[in-house]
Amino acid sequence: MRAAVVQFPGSNCDDDALHVLGRVMGATARFAWHKETRLTVDGHAPDVVVIPGGFSYGDYLRAGAMAAHSPIMAAVKEFAANGGPVLAICNGFQIACEAGLLDGALTRNASLHFECRDVHLLVEGRPTPFTAGIPAGRILRIPIAHAEGRYLHPDVARLEKEGRVIFRYVDASGGVSDAANPNGSMANIAGICNAAGNVVGLMPHPERASESVLGSADGKLLFDALQATLDKNPRRVG
Amino acid sequence: MNTAKVFVTLKRGVLDPQGQAVARSLTRLGFTEVKDARIGKYIELQLEVDPSQKEALKKRLEEACDKLLANTVIEDYRVEL
Repeated sequence: MRAAVVQFPGSNCDDDALHVLGRVMGATARFAWHKETRLTVDGHAPDVVVIPGGFSYGDYLRAGAMAAHSPIMAAVKEFAANGGPVLAICNGFQIACEAGLLDGALTRNASLHFECRDVHLLVEGRPTPFTAGIPAGRILRIPIAHAEGRYLHPDVARLEKEGRVIFRYVDASGGVSDAANPNGSMANIAGICNAAGNVVGLMPHPERASESVLGSADGKLLFDALQATLDKNPRRVG
Repeated sequence: MNTAKVFVTLKRGVLDPQGQAVARSLTRLGFTEVKDARIGKYIELQLEVDPSQKEALKKRLEEACDKLLANTVIEDYRVEL
């Protein structure tokens, strides 16, 4: 697997993403600086692009607003338009929404607090490169760390109908409730995909829960699913 | 030099927890007539333009709002020249 991790001024989960891809998954992984205009890894097109978390451009104006117009994002958009798998995590999710790679918007948590804790996520929706093979209904325990994760969309019913809600905040037994919703997102939405299914964005941090020594390795299932997708070997993961 | 004023506000119906917190604070301070507050952004742009081309300029500024200054999924904007 060849992986590119986009790096903006203010990214701070870039090293974690690179660590999981490179050391845990054994990928050839490198950073792609925001000023670059082409995405290559070892002279080849990458197999996956990760837009990591952080506070790109200091979250000036709106979270993700400035990064969405960085030179590298034109290359990421082209990669995505050609069907390349893109995983947008936390600030990356905000950037992907601002860039039009994903629908909707992320705004201030209803609690006004920076929410930093483990949450439970229900995996659902249409297959994506990052979830195909994870059994439907599987519950993942993965941390969140954000102040602006309240997902809003003008037509959630359409997203649901198209199977584009991929992760939902639930309680430990899979129940959807306000108590399990850490930020006031519509319909407890934690992550979605684009119409084609190849771009997935989520607020929780799978890269922070990809080794059991960190308390949970549930996040690694997304990268295992990706590996299975790239191997063209559909298999159950997790 | 001409100045353009851009006001960006949350769309009606979008929950504004910051505004709610400010309204609660004002109420606690005795401003009991305050029933709600909505927080937005004010952006001042200094422009070097031909002021006679007002319509074209307004279009340009709206383009800037749509592209960057506002997120039209959740925000409205108003431009003053």
